Amino acid sequence: MPQIRLERMVKRYGAVEVLHGIDLEMQDNEFTVLVGPSGCGKSTTLRMIAGLEDVSSGEIYVDGKPVKHLEPKDRDLAMVFQDYALYPHMNVAQNISFALRLQKRPKSEIDAKVRDVAGMVGLTDFLGRKPGALSGGQRQRVAMARALAKDSGIFLFDEPLSNLDAKLRGQMRAELALMSQRVEKNMIYVTHDQIEAMTLADRIVVMHGGYIQQQGTPEELFKRPVNKFVAGFLGMPPMNFLDGRIEDKGGALFVTGDGFSLRLSPEKAAIARMAQNPDVILGIRPSDLSYAPEAAPETALTLKVMVSEYIGAQSVLMCQCGGQSVTVEMNSETPMALGETLQFEANAARIHLFDKTSEQAI
Amino acid sequence: MLTSRLNRLSPYMFMAPAAVIMAIALIYPLGYMIWGSFRDWDPSQTIGEAEFVGLKNYITLWGDPNFHESLGVTLRFAFICVIVEMIIGVGLALLLDRDIRGMSLLRTMFILPMMIAPVVVGLMWRYMYHPTVGTFNRTLEWLGLPDVDWLGQHALMSVIIADIWQWTPFIFILSLAALQSLPRSALEAARIDGATAWQQILYIKLPLMMPVLIVTALLRLIDAFKVLEVILVLTEGGPGLSTEILALRISRTATEFRELGVAAAMSNYLLILLMLLTVAMIGFTKWQEARAAKLRMANEEDS
Ligand SMILES: Nc1ncnc2c1ncn2[C@@H]1O[C@H](COP(=O)(O)OP(=O)(O)O)[C@@H](O)[C@H]1O
Ligand SMILES: [Mg+2]
Repeated sequence: MPQIRLERMVKRYGAVEVLHGIDLEMQDNEFTVLVGPSGCGKSTTLRMIAGLEDVSSGEIYVDGKPVKHLEPKDRDLAMVFQDYALYPHMNVAQNISFALRLQKRPKSEIDAKVRDVAGMVGLTDFLGRKPGALSGGQRQRVAMARALAKDSGIFLFDEPLSNLDAKLRGQMRAELALMSQRVEKNMIYVTHDQIEAMTLADRIVVMHGGYIQQQGTPEELFKRPVNKFVAGFLGMPPMNFLDGRIEDKGGALFVTGDGFSLRLSPEKAAIARMAQNPDVILGIRPSDLSYAPEAAPETALTLKVMVSEYIGAQSVLMCQCGGQSVTVEMNSETPMALGETLQFEANAARIHLFDKTSEQAI
Repeated sequence: MLTSRLNRLSPYMFMAPAAVIMAIALIYPLGYMIWGSFRDWDPSQTIGEAEFVGLKNYITLWGDPNFHESLGVTLRFAFICVIVEMIIGVGLALLLDRDIRGMSLLRTMFILPMMIAPVVVGLMWRYMYHPTVGTFNRTLEWLGLPDVDWLGQHALMSVIIADIWQWTPFIFILSLAALQSLPRSALEAARIDGATAWQQILYIKLPLMMPVLIVTALLRLIDAFKVLEVILVLTEGGPGLSTEILALRISRTATEFRELGVAAAMSNYLLILLMLLTVAMIGFTKWQEARAAKLRMANEEDS
């Protein structure tokens, strides 16, 4: 299965540059997810790999061979579109077998393949239906089956689940994860949904404004985001950011801001000492704050609870720390009243610091 | 109670003037024509004075070789025109459905012929077909080729060429609109599935355009059966009966032969033909709607 490499890939629409030199490598048999907010250039990147958009400059290599000038059909790939892109005048079986019929494969082979992939996605009873007579989830499966039937080495997905309702999306996500383990392909998956990215990816590539922000395993990105954007984009509810300053109090380093002063762990302190700019942004995930009335003040935030959102076992509290707002995840059983001021211990090992001006991680 | 009844009636009240005008402008002349077709009616008589002859006019026409000839010319003219126009119009649309600079100008130029009044089209082409000073024969001479007797020996072909020139744009713009409303991503999927440009046209574009193309062809066919001005100006139906389409024969029967009853009967034959086409067209659209509704129902059953 092929390895894909993008080299300084640029896309311009007229005078507007929407991708600014993307360098990316996608390994054999790897599930890569491109994730980022709407309009950041994910689809454009994917469509350039597919050959549906011209490359303005740079090159795309598949197994070391440049493919920029090849037509989509000569690139050995299959694609699932956001709107499914089924052929409305063909029934499910014809949709699935279109590529094989163009290749003039023998009829018995085509029939076997159609039965095979239809079984895989659970469409066996619908082979005679036209797409117009299928529900959204079924259409999605047809699109998936059509791509699977092609047996190509590269599998591209452009937000394939975003037109489904929440419950179906969860179910399809699980099926997709299962399928990705079974089929050995180089899969590239585009989504704006960080949960999809976290659950499906072997490797996540976070994009923003036409640049790659960071790439790595979901765990790496979650634990060690390189900048404030990545930190805020991955994780739900999103990371809290508080403006602060690094201060030296009798040998120990503290990050101090409106309404809080936290002592940094020795490891963090060693790094923070090298920072040029004392103005920082403190980042802490809602799950890394825990209710601790007895905690020492230099390890905790004192927060005033404004709103509590009950979501089952956990509740999400919207709190106030000085003038800034902070979200906390807490066990719903903990007794607590709105308007109360409580103490939450911050997990010192999981504190993130970002430079105030560059927003890069320190 | 009263207000609700008034509310229910109000749409009809608003429609009444239109209905009255339609009755006067459409139904009355139509009735007059049907009524007249059963009489031996000379233009100097009022319709009341004309003698009632039953189906005689229709029967006469049924056995009249000149009427057969004219009907044949009309059918040949209409079908050849529409088939050639469909092929060229759809072909051009497939060719020009792309974003190249200057394409919008080109498209506008293509639809100009349709905007010219038919009489002017006739005059223009008559000039171009002129045996000695016409554009075509002068060009042929300049190229050292023999002259063509456009409006003589090849009159029907010449008339067909003029009609194709005028009406291909109509099919072109409708096909272009149909093409541009095709789902883009389905075409992209076809490219990824390995379809060449030609296979995309054959397997995706044409099948998806078919409903529009069928209605367009039927509309054009109905129109081609009624064509009059261009042929009147170009050939007046000659030479002989070679281009005497039905509309022209009807008008000559009424004015030259002074047989209003026969002319009316002939009109009714034409009307029946057109009605068959219209019914076919409406039937086709109905059938399509029914199919779409069936699909929707099947869809709702599962979800
Ligand atoms: N055909 C186009 N012409 C001009 N700009 C475009 C075109 N397609 C996309 N863009 C711009 O490129 C940027 C990236 O788009 P896209 O890749 O679709 O984003 P997303 O990450 O949401 O998939 C957007 O700002 C969009 O406005
Ligand atoms: Mg997109």
